[in-house]
Amino acid sequence: MRVGLFIPCYIDQFYPQVGIATLELLEKQGCEVVFPPEQTCCGQPMANSGFEHLTKGCNDLFIKNFEAFDYIVAPSGSCVLHIKEHIHDPAGQKPPEAASSDRTDISALPEFANFPTANSRHNIPGKIFELVEFLTDVLKVDKLEASFPYKVGLHQSCHGQRGLKLAQMSELMAPPFSKPQQLLNLVKGLQLVELDRKDECCGFGGTFCVFEEAISVKMGKDRVADHIRHEAEVITASDMSCLMHLEGILRRQQSKVQIKHIAEILNARL
Amino acid sequence: MSGSNHKDHAALAAEFNKDEPRVDWHDETLWWVRQKRDKAAARVPEWELLRDTASRIKDNVLSNLSGYLRQFEEEATRNGITVHWAADANEHNEIVLSILSRHKIDKMVKSKSMLTEECHLNEFLHEKGIDVVDTDLGERVVQLAGEPPSHIVLPCIHLKKQEIGEIFHEHLGTPKGNADPQFLTHAARLHLREKFLTRRVALTGVNFAVAETGEFVVCTNEGNADMGAHLADVHIASMGIEKLIPQRRHLGVFLRLLTRSATGQPITTYSSHFRRPRQGQEMHIVLVDNGRSVHLGRKDFRNSLKCIRCAACFNTCPVYRRSGGHSYHTAVAGPIGSILSPNLDMKKYADLPFASTLCGSCSNVCPVKIDIHEQLYKWRQVIVQEGYAAAGKTAVMKTMNWVLSHPGVYHTAGKTGRWFMLNAPFTVKNGFNTWYRQRDMPTPPKQSFGDWYKKNKK
Repeated sequence: MRVGLFIPCYIDQFYPQVGIATLELLEKQGCEVVFPPEQTCCGQPMANSGFEHLTKGCNDLFIKNFEAFDYIVAPSGSCVLHIKEHIHDPAGQKPPEAASSDRTDISALPEFANFPTANSRHNIPGKIFELVEFLTDVLKVDKLEASFPYKVGLHQSCHGQRGLKLAQMSELMAPPFSKPQQLLNLVKGLQLVELDRKDECCGFGGTFCVFEEAISVKMGKDRVADHIRHEAEVITASDMSCLMHLEGILRRQQSKVQIKHIAEILNARL
Repeated sequence: MSGSNHKDHAALAAEFNKDEPRVDWHDETLWWVRQKRDKAAARVPEWELLRDTASRIKDNVLSNLSGYLRQFEEEATRNGITVHWAADANEHNEIVLSILSRHKIDKMVKSKSMLTEECHLNEFLHEKGIDVVDTDLGERVVQLAGEPPSHIVLPCIHLKKQEIGEIFHEHLGTPKGNADPQFLTHAARLHLREKFLTRRVALTGVNFAVAETGEFVVCTNEGNADMGAHLADVHIASMGIEKLIPQRRHLGVFLRLLTRSATGQPITTYSSHFRRPRQGQEMHIVLVDNGRSVHLGRKDFRNSLKCIRCAACFNTCPVYRRSGGHSYHTAVAGPIGSILSPNLDMKKYADLPFASTLCGSCSNVCPVKIDIHEQLYKWRQVIVQEGYAAAGKTAVMKTMNWVLSHPGVYHTAGKTGRWFMLNAPFTVKNGFNTWYRQRDMPTPPKQSFGDWYKKNKK
């Protein structure tokens, strides 16, 4: 199984250890992992700001870098969701929307009969996975050689949770499940803390964090306070962008609480 | 951001956030309402099926709106109701004024109607010398305070009981310092009772209008719509054209969803059906378009017309809870207001679709399954394409996009940026960096993941 590793731009630049943990984790599971060196960004920062029309460069670059892989995996639900929902071929044609949330190989579906098959760029929404769901749904991981003896608070990043359905959201009256929690439960010594608001947004929101600074910061402070109230020593999430924002607030408060991407915890041998 | 003179959402929200304990109180109050909604919804085993059914009924309504409107007009007229058509806010206001003028009446009572807020009816009538008394308790409070409602279901949720005590002391003569809710409510009841008994015209909103029967339903918890309508000689009901449902049997779906979503109650205390005027009474219904048919023509945005004004999206929105309703500077605030308002005035409301993290909570509490957060994203594209983005933001986006579209430039820029953060931290740690004002910057590593990979894996 050849896996293309997509390391989102801000992780590449600021959190290389998250990329390394992701790579090692996948290799431990027996994947052949390749990091295409010419990759940059999914285009979401521009698109969410209303400039999706500018993102052709990022879009085409992404296709060029990743279309040949069996699977594409990234340690970020938000970037994965963006690619799933917005990737289009260089001529601007998008696969039908139903495909974006479809888990199966879309080229096998009748409505895709007219799209090129086998390694087609149109396969990208069907073969890109966020790390957690790749581990639980594709690799079906049910044991891990990991230990992390800390009290951990799990932040449910919105795009992963509500967009990729990594966990049941509190708004819906439906059976609960949580893929990140399923994996964290496999880690020796790790103690998950309960939160008062288990799936409230952290307030990062891409460029929202600077254009709506007051609300963004207040949301972040409130999220951090919930974890601290429940004695979390470490806050984790499957999206580093939320954690970067929460880390900025924790450091400003001179808090001892640490942030760790879920890949770092699942790959930890402490 | 919108380039017009008024303060935008971000600026108004920043002002609201100067008083952090108040923000906490506002947030917790509305979160408590959201939790009541969760409990009420959880007690209905078929909740998700109900949402789906309601959404589909509204799909049918929006696809057949002209037919249902004609059917409703015919049935209502047959029932003895006078039906008026208003193309916009001004026509609506003129119609109401003409009815008042014909009866030579200069005072009326009005129960909750967000449509009349949207049309600025009170201001219009005030200028014409008509005295309007809002009879919903929360609406009366904000009316006395000289403010617009900050929430479509809980109009004075931004005010604390002590502040309401002060407002009542000033306007209704209650003892200074008395903020006992029961006492204040009793004072309001006495004050309003006199208005109900002496006003000859009552205006109400409409929650649902049934095409099949020509009747309409008004939901209140205080019975104030009923008090007004039953005591008045003339009942005027104002409704947006999207409030229709095809048949009476569909009402159950919506009545079960509405108040559970709004406040966590199983149903409103009063769900009053008005079908025909009683003997000697006049009943008018004003069907208002005011941008709705334009909205209906916007493929990506039309289904926001499914909204039944429950405000569940307000209560769940982490941004609304922390910025307050007035920061949206429009009649219908919150996430739904942020996708409805740009249709009315794209320039004035260009900031609202950006007042969201796109967390998606709104779309999933919505009882009629409006894809609110996806429409927020789509409005952002439209607003930028129509030229309502600030020039500075456009320049930043273009530069950022250029860097990210060229791997070589990106690698160099990343390396340079990290070098500056490490060796010249003042370049990022300053008051011009909006991130840094209240948050620390991440500690930049010496090498990127790409650098590490090249050294260790290739």
